[in-house]
Amino acid sequence: MADVKQQVERPLSPHLQIYRPQMTAISSILTRITGNGLIVGVILAVWWLLAAASGPDYFNYVDAIATGWFGDVVFTLSLLAIWYHYLAGLRHLYFDAGKGLEVQTAELLGWVCVIGSVVLTVITIYLV
Amino acid sequence: MRYLTDRKRATGRGASGTGTEHHWHMTVSAVGLAIMVPTFLYLFGSALGGGYPEVHAAFADPFTAILTAMVLVVGLNHFRRGAQMMIEDYARGMNRKLLVIFVITFSYFLMACGLFALAKIAL
Repeated sequence: MADVKQQVERPLSPHLQIYRPQMTAISSILTRITGNGLIVGVILAVWWLLAAASGPDYFNYVDAIATGWFGDVVFTLSLLAIWYHYLAGLRHLYFDAGKGLEVQTAELLGWVCVIGSVVLTVITIYLV
Repeated sequence: MRYLTDRKRATGRGASGTGTEHHWHMTVSAVGLAIMVPTFLYLFGSALGGGYPEVHAAFADPFTAILTAMVLVVGLNHFRRGAQMMIEDYARGMNRKLLVIFVITFSYFLMACGLFALAKIAL
């Protein structure tokens, strides 16, 4: 056990830099990126709510940020991220039920998430 | 003396020691969020861009206040577990521990801030 920390140079199996990008892998990592990235939008939203609770002066200061160019960028990207994560989450529940796991179906569902999220984002911006 | 064998204590718990608990929590919160989020987006989006009185009126509405509170609590718990999963995939040792602790405490901090704001506006 004395030399347990000694690093052994083991051969690595082919990884990301070898494989052609596949829809299943890309849509999976996008789920993680969108889910975790949403924290930025949540921070801004909670800050904005806190400002609304603390009084008109501070609200106007934070509201200018939340509805200015910075807020527009964050909230629009958050909307896209929410819808992507939403569709990918539904797909996850569908996968969990043991369905849609054939390669062709799984790849199609990946495209549904990507294209569907853009469509839903445009619809939401139009409606709200 | 407990008549539990080691085998019995281990079965179904896996390497995490908590079995499928994490996955089940993600499933439950995912279904809950799937139901709540579209309405929440509509209400939040409608309130955003209004002046101070409009925003106050929007979040003083009981339905909007309760829905926002639930989306915050369920959403941030969902985030907490998802982010912890990501950290456990990419970080090791002390880094992993510190990041996981940070993510959990920060999630609860945001929940507390949001709930406080809602309570102050709505009541």
